[in-house]
Amino acid sequence: MIRLDDVALSLGGTDVLDGVSLSVAAGEFVALVGPNGAGKTTLLRTVNGLLSPDTGGVTLDGDRVTGLSSRAVSRRVATVPQDTHVGFSFTAEQVVEMGRTPHRSRLDWTEDTDAVGAAMERTETRRLRERSVDSLSGGERQRVLLARALAQEPDALLLDEPTASLDVNHQVQVLRLVANLADDGRAALAAIHDLDLAARFCDRLLLLSNGRIRARGPPAEVLADPKLADAFGTETAVSRDRVTGTPRVAAFPDRPDRAGQVHVLGGGAGGVAAVRTLWQAGYTVTVGPVPEGDVAASLATDLGLRVVTAPPFERPGTRERELAARLAGKADAVVMAGPGAAGVEFDADSVAATPRIRATLGGPGPRPARGDGGETAVVESERALLTAVQNCLSP
Amino acid sequence: MRILFRTVLWSTALFAALVGTVLASTMFGSVSLDAGTVVRAMLNTLAYPSDVGLDSGQVGVGEHTAGVPVPDVSYTQPLSFDVDRTDQIIVEKVRLPRIVLGAVVGFALGTAGAVMQGFFKNPMADPSIIGVSSGAAVGAVATIAFPVTMPFGLQTAAFVGAILAAFGVYFIATQGGRTPVATLLLAGLAVQTFLGAGVSYLLLNAGEGLEEAILWLMGRLRYSNWGDVGSTLPFVLLLFIVLLAYARDLNVMLLGEEDAHALGIDVERTKRLLLAASALVTAAAVAVAGIIGFVGLIIPHIMRLIVGPDHRILIPTSALAGATFLVLADTLARAGPGPAMPVGIVTAAVGAPFFLFLLRRREVHAL
Repeated sequence: MIRLDDVALSLGGTDVLDGVSLSVAAGEFVALVGPNGAGKTTLLRTVNGLLSPDTGGVTLDGDRVTGLSSRAVSRRVATVPQDTHVGFSFTAEQVVEMGRTPHRSRLDWTEDTDAVGAAMERTETRRLRERSVDSLSGGERQRVLLARALAQEPDALLLDEPTASLDVNHQVQVLRLVANLADDGRAALAAIHDLDLAARFCDRLLLLSNGRIRARGPPAEVLADPKLADAFGTETAVSRDRVTGTPRVAAFPDRPDRAGQVHVLGGGAGGVAAVRTLWQAGYTVTVGPVPEGDVAASLATDLGLRVVTAPPFERPGTRERELAARLAGKADAVVMAGPGAAGVEFDADSVAATPRIRATLGGPGPRPARGDGGETAVVESERALLTAVQNCLSP
Repeated sequence: MRILFRTVLWSTALFAALVGTVLASTMFGSVSLDAGTVVRAMLNTLAYPSDVGLDSGQVGVGEHTAGVPVPDVSYTQPLSFDVDRTDQIIVEKVRLPRIVLGAVVGFALGTAGAVMQGFFKNPMADPSIIGVSSGAAVGAVATIAFPVTMPFGLQTAAFVGAILAAFGVYFIATQGGRTPVATLLLAGLAVQTFLGAGVSYLLLNAGEGLEEAILWLMGRLRYSNWGDVGSTLPFVLLLFIVLLAYARDLNVMLLGEEDAHALGIDVERTKRLLLAASALVTAAAVAVAGIIGFVGLIIPHIMRLIVGPDHRILIPTSALAGATFLVLADTLARAGPGPAMPVGIVTAAVGAPFFLFLLRRREVHAL
């Protein structure tokens, strides 16, 4: 439906788009993600013909956009702006009716009640009909603008940050509506800031950065792609949201790069807290042994850490214990942070020299283990943990 | 159908009000006439163009003139009710031309004001915002100060000045085929200031023409004749129809140019058309009546409060209300002290306080 071939465009001497190729098929909801200033809005503007590319072609169903009149384009593509301030107070219905403009003669003043009604029905804005657009909340206004786009009866929808000014509830409502509209056979391309929301509702993500598509594919793939972290200039951690079942990403732009390796023993809430604290502080963290499926194990996996897992409800086997002992031996400090820490013999030669910290950071703390008593420090807060680790590194 | 129905209803009502106002205004004057006489005399005045010929006019500077063809239209008056001859002359030759011209000028200013406020998305915009009035002032004052012989004299000079100023502003503000509205506004202000300097200089050197020039600058309908009506009315009506045809587009333009484009409007072309048509309408009005302020600012504003922002109803109602308002204001001007009270003083004196009243009532609070 929408297709860009090697599109380049410079504005005021700056290359905003630099060889962008993409396609969005009917029935697909594709998100355009990328840092501020990546060229997302410019890209959308080439699709609706507001800007013409310097080189390359933008086609709609095979017809070049630059060869079509704006009226012809607006029958195929509807654009939902980020937010529209309407100077004079039109009613919601009047605004939706303006969506019929591309289909109506200038002199035909009759109302297109059917198309307008259907569009308002679909977006659940019927009850706002007589309200002035200016008096609507951000979420309501965004739905009215969507209704206006639907009244155009387009094959494709372009959305520029449709959720930027909305609260969580309305963000979800609006994107779900767009996803449903795409399911009805329209192509939808949206610039979306919120990566988690994009991943949750879109079929595919396109990562745009510095005028080029850097990564494309299913949300989980693109979010995990190191190019995403690169594009946003931040460290990222991708996990799977347990409620929505979709991937989500957290950014840590300030995570320092610290020398020092710490091994965390024990899972559960305590293990998770220790891993999170140490990783965010910039240390290289290893984990284990922890039972498969333990929260600490999945956190370590999401962060891409080395983790030793053992089958649940069993005492870790020899192999796991040896692996963990080797990691602990290499570390500058070992943190016993939760249940399961008991599974390791600390009298093993390889570990004996490593300083040990016993941490109780919420959840059940570590049970006494064989070879206990040789701790360098006992801590009960995350800050104390970091200080203790710091002391181990530079005694 | 709703908008069409509302438009027709409102326009009919306002047209009736206009006719009533014209009737009342014609009855009023140094010689009071009764309604029956006025109606009969007005009906007698009704005429249709029956023959178009060519006359020759003179154009040139000072002694050096040349003959140019000028259209000469003869009219036939089909009705002849029995009216006292003096009364008929008072109505037909003295009062009606001035009143009808006032209505035409008010109609034009109301139309252009509604369009310009929508165009600039700014309720403080008025028809002269792109330099039309200043340009007309330069043309008119120059003609008064340095007499030049022309078939329509002052009017032609004012009209040409107005159009030159408007297109000058447009070209200054246009770059690479785009005319940003904000640039247009600022260019309009700058050109107005510049032309204002020109007018001041001309006034200093106007000598004996000073009083006449100042009266023109304040807007006056005093020297109106049927020729002015004949040259203005068809022109204004034609442009009104063009602007009305673009009312839908103007509505969509209010959403912003990017949205308008997304809804299939050829934005730059529409802007050019709207600007040209409203500049011409304003120029036609200013050329015959001088600078009459506040009508194009206040009337569309009030009508927007009453009928809403949809230009399909706003343009015709503003036009008709503008016509009624100017006829009323000119009636007051006629009643005012001295024979030469310019109507522009009345519109400003009545209009500004009313605007402030609306402001205090918070009816006018947002753009």
